[in-house]
Amino acid sequence: MSAPVLATSFLQSESFIYVLYIIAFALFIQGLRGLSGPTTAVRGNRIAAVGMAIAVVATLLNPGESNWGLIVMGVGLGVAVGVSAARQVKMTAMPQMVALFNGVGGGAVALISWVEFRSHGSTYGSHPIEVGGFVVHVGGPPAYVAIFSVFAAIVGSISFWGSNIAFGKLQEILPGRPITLGRAQQLVNLLLLTLAVAAGVALVAGTHSELLFIGMLIVAALLGNAVVLPIGGADMPVVISLLNAFTGLSAAATGMALNNPALIVAGMIVGASGSILTNLMAVAMNRSIPAIVAGGFGGGGAVQGASGAGAHDGTVRSTSAADAAIQLAYASRVVVVPGYGMAVAQAQHAVRELTKELEDRGVEVSYAIHPVAGRMPGHMNVLLAEADVPYDQLKEMDDANPEFARTDVSLVIGANDVTNPAAKNTPSSPIYGMPILEVADSRSVIVIKRSMNPGFAGIENELYFDPKTSMLFGDAKSAVSEITAELSAL
Amino acid sequence: MMLASVLTTNLAILVLAGFIGFVVISKVPNTLHTPLMSGTNAIHGIVLLGGLLLLGLANLGALDKALLVIAVAFGTINIVGGFLVTDRMLDMFKSRPKPKASEESETKTPAGAQDTNGKGGS
Repeated sequence: MSAPVLATSFLQSESFIYVLYIIAFALFIQGLRGLSGPTTAVRGNRIAAVGMAIAVVATLLNPGESNWGLIVMGVGLGVAVGVSAARQVKMTAMPQMVALFNGVGGGAVALISWVEFRSHGSTYGSHPIEVGGFVVHVGGPPAYVAIFSVFAAIVGSISFWGSNIAFGKLQEILPGRPITLGRAQQLVNLLLLTLAVAAGVALVAGTHSELLFIGMLIVAALLGNAVVLPIGGADMPVVISLLNAFTGLSAAATGMALNNPALIVAGMIVGASGSILTNLMAVAMNRSIPAIVAGGFGGGGAVQGASGAGAHDGTVRSTSAADAAIQLAYASRVVVVPGYGMAVAQAQHAVRELTKELEDRGVEVSYAIHPVAGRMPGHMNVLLAEADVPYDQLKEMDDANPEFARTDVSLVIGANDVTNPAAKNTPSSPIYGMPILEVADSRSVIVIKRSMNPGFAGIENELYFDPKTSMLFGDAKSAVSEITAELSAL
Repeated sequence: MMLASVLTTNLAILVLAGFIGFVVISKVPNTLHTPLMSGTNAIHGIVLLGGLLLLGLANLGALDKALLVIAVAFGTINIVGGFLVTDRMLDMFKSRPKPKASEESETKTPAGAQDTNGKGGS
């Protein structure tokens, strides 16, 4: 008797609170609209934050609200951790940070579902009966509450563990290469998924066993691990985005179970956003989402074998910082192509110094940014913005590509697969068909790279064997600084 | 019947929110995708509300309370950290000392004057 009353009356009856929720989600939408441009984005983000504050206040207004000490404790703890983490994180470490924040969100969903089950689970599975043409629910909350709650628990648990593994890989606590069970992997994943769903169905149908619920959470946790562990570092942005969508959907499901419009709208928008980004990235990498989730790609020896056609015996021309400086100084147009190597070496400020020096000499400089350069979509843009590179010098792939033909020098800094002409020319290559930055069209290319090791996709880059390419081996930051030094000495 | 209508109303909200999400998010340029990701990430921290609501339930056991405090802390980290970090990033996109904007604000003045003339004519 108490369950539906709790689930509906104290959440729903207060019209005022409901209106506050509506204001909150309107502010979320308005805030996200602001993200369509760099000038309105800061305000947009703050508008969304105000919406969040209103939603929280509205919730605390509930007449039934109690346990204030615990609320203060939880919120205080969260604020302390959240603020210090957000203040201290380096821009290069942003993908990990997002993964971690995403993980705690998923964890919160799973825990909330668990407590919801502990409170109301004993009434799950009451059956609707028909009385005189009306459907009446007897004994417990309607079936959909149980369904959404159990769904949220599974997805939240997957998201929590998957995000933590992604964090571990990006933070290099765990090895970035795929960790897989080989052929059995997909079978195991399927089995785990089936188990989790089966447990969920049993719970919804009225198995009032908390042990089963915990078992379901654990199976979902294993599934989260099993899905993300086999995924290589290069695919990590897609995974984070996918998990972001998952957490959003699980939040929406929690909202459906608790009958809370702010949760439903916010969760669903995040779900949509995550799905769009995931899809965009998958297209930019020429991979299908199922193939990424199936794993294995991203640095395995197996892929190397498949790309046997790219086994070059051509020679690579290496250059020195001094020669590179001269080459750049006499160019009239230079395009910088940054990649993850730049982020790892924290070279964005050094790169900005170099391009300033070039601009002072009258060289036209722009940056060409591949949608999946770095470990997150738009990651390069954030780093370059941090180094004070003007927004309008950052060119997206479709704008940048036609410009390469009239570019004197393309300076590739720590980018690899996204410049590989094999994606256009070699049908047998695993990356064939992937949209790339057509660096090879420019008159000359300088590649700054640590070594000749292949990139995350494990494929050799034909660009390096091109006669107009010269390689400058070394750490991105020191190499760029050396060029700048040589340049100012000219 | 009452319960069914709650469900269908919420389903309608869910579906509409999905479409709005697609439309709004599609307009965000690639350049801002990292802040978008961390911003939307902050928004799903709204599950905090679920934790707060459940803490209002009567007869919670010690385990329930412990779980909920963790959930509330998690949700708060998600929200506070997410919005702050997004703000930090977006600030870098904005704060560019660029002397521009002086050229565009010149053309507008005569239009206003004509307008008042037209109104005063009668």
